[in-house]
Amino acid sequence: MGRKLLLEKAHVEGIRYFDTYRREGGYRSVEKALKTMGPDDVTEEVKKSGLRGRGGAGFPTGMKWSFLAKPEGVPRHLVVNADESEPGTFKDRYLMEFIPHLLIEGVIVASYALGSNTSYIYIRGEYAWIVDILEQAIQEAHNNGFLGKNILGSGFDCDIHVQRGAGAYICGEETALIESLEGKRGNPRIKPPFPAVKGAWDRPTVVNNVESIAAVVPIINEGGEEYAKIGVGKSTGTKLISACGNINKPGVYEIDMTISVEEFIYSDEWCGGIAKGKRLKACIPGGSSVPILPANLLLKTAKGEQRMMNYESLADGGFQTGTMMGSGGFIVFDEDQCVVKHTYTLARFYRHESCGQCSPCREGTGWMEKLLLRLDKGQGKMSDIDLLWDIQSRIEGNTICPLGDAAAWPVAAAIRHFRDEFEWHITNAAEAQVRNFGLAHYADVREVVPA
Amino acid sequence: MVQFSQENLLKVDKIIARYPEGRQKSALIPLLHLAQEQYGWLSVETMDYVASLLSIDPIEVYEVASFYSMYNLKPIGKYMFEVCQTGPCMINGSDDIIEYIGEKLNIKPGETTADGLFTLKTVECLGACGYAPMMQMGKFYKEHLTKEKVDAIIEECRAKAN
Repeated sequence: MGRKLLLEKAHVEGIRYFDTYRREGGYRSVEKALKTMGPDDVTEEVKKSGLRGRGGAGFPTGMKWSFLAKPEGVPRHLVVNADESEPGTFKDRYLMEFIPHLLIEGVIVASYALGSNTSYIYIRGEYAWIVDILEQAIQEAHNNGFLGKNILGSGFDCDIHVQRGAGAYICGEETALIESLEGKRGNPRIKPPFPAVKGAWDRPTVVNNVESIAAVVPIINEGGEEYAKIGVGKSTGTKLISACGNINKPGVYEIDMTISVEEFIYSDEWCGGIAKGKRLKACIPGGSSVPILPANLLLKTAKGEQRMMNYESLADGGFQTGTMMGSGGFIVFDEDQCVVKHTYTLARFYRHESCGQCSPCREGTGWMEKLLLRLDKGQGKMSDIDLLWDIQSRIEGNTICPLGDAAAWPVAAAIRHFRDEFEWHITNAAEAQVRNFGLAHYADVREVVPA
Repeated sequence: MVQFSQENLLKVDKIIARYPEGRQKSALIPLLHLAQEQYGWLSVETMDYVASLLSIDPIEVYEVASFYSMYNLKPIGKYMFEVCQTGPCMINGSDDIIEYIGEKLNIKPGETTADGLFTLKTVECLGACGYAPMMQMGKFYKEHLTKEKVDAIIEECRAKAN
């Protein structure tokens, strides 16, 4: 049984409410930080913990905080990224829905460290019922003196506001999120300047994922060094993994990053094995944008070592034979799943979510979607595979924000590891057309590329 | 004439107060949500009204309203089924669910039933991948969908509407 720092109390009845949360030891980190530590001490503990941003990029959180500009007399802000729109990822939802005070507690401590008197939680618009849960938790924290003016007599003031998005994956990118917070289209900004210097309303701003901010609570409670002892290497602490696809036990799990991928998939403690007794075909372990890996490379690295559920091991081999931890959105495919079809749905997703600022992304995602639809329907040509490869290579690295990479990587990885399956769709066109994977409803409402 | 209810007007003031002084445009997305809750969709008249409340140009509202997928720029049915069709939901049979709802209601994605009761829409990832297939209905998620569950939801909606 792995160590739990975030979800340990998630199943306590009534933990969603302040009284229960407090009775179970909640808000100790606020007391400790505000009464016994200075803001820089808090940042130092987060640095010592080795916490890496849990949104997907994995950048060290304490270092990110230390970049925050602190010009005199200029307000600064903490913005919590609760946009969570990466296919396969639903961990932050779980945390906010079942243990919202953990996030609120983390926001207060992080706001203290950063000197943010007004902080924002930017949540995807579709999580409408969670907005109510968070607002109730914020009100309870206010009523009990943990938010508002002069918290616990420390002289520190803090308010938290919840902002709902309105349906745009791109708003998970930090500068697009800031644009959206300012009431604009979610178009990413060119960096530099980085948000730490010029963020929301041109003020210094830190944008952190929900899980990262929640992790601040155990870091302060137990100390950064203790937190860093959990896990392995630079994968310190615990990580929430949202597991889905063809597994027996989909759900959100907290792991300490010392278990193997094989154990995570097959152990009854975690995913419980592949559903319906099928064989494992492939997996996307870190949200839809990270490379898919076939079973053999997923369970063992190219060097033949057991692949572990941590940042370093998952990335071992680079994109040729490895993948990424990403957001921890773990999508499992059984032997019956069609990689071409799946890649098509992802291409459709990224085309839909492209903000349209950059030509390679705006045009390239649509082109990839059309080609993949044609291949999936058994109407493709052999040259389409190379064309797809060419298009994705021209998107990657050529856009303002990482959405271009996120759109290109799944296509590249699918071709790299499953080229034979793409070829099968061309050489067995008749069968591919019969399979057609339920696309009938779709062909009626969307242009299909002529064969 | 478009006008927020008294209750919503009070909310408008509170929402604008969340942001720095002079940055009232930041309230645009929450105000559009509020307007859509009151009217069901965002007409040009409604968007112009929101622009006037925030002292911004109407075009600033149009460009935002048309960017985000949750805003309805044309009338919808009393109940909107927004069915997720992205990867994890697709693996778990969302295509069949979409097709079944379409057959059951005799509409295609993007259409509304003749009685104005139901709209069917396909959407991209709603963050419910472990509970697939799923759809959003108003403020809430309906997860682990089966044909039987879809039948029950439709019947429940019809019963409520009568």
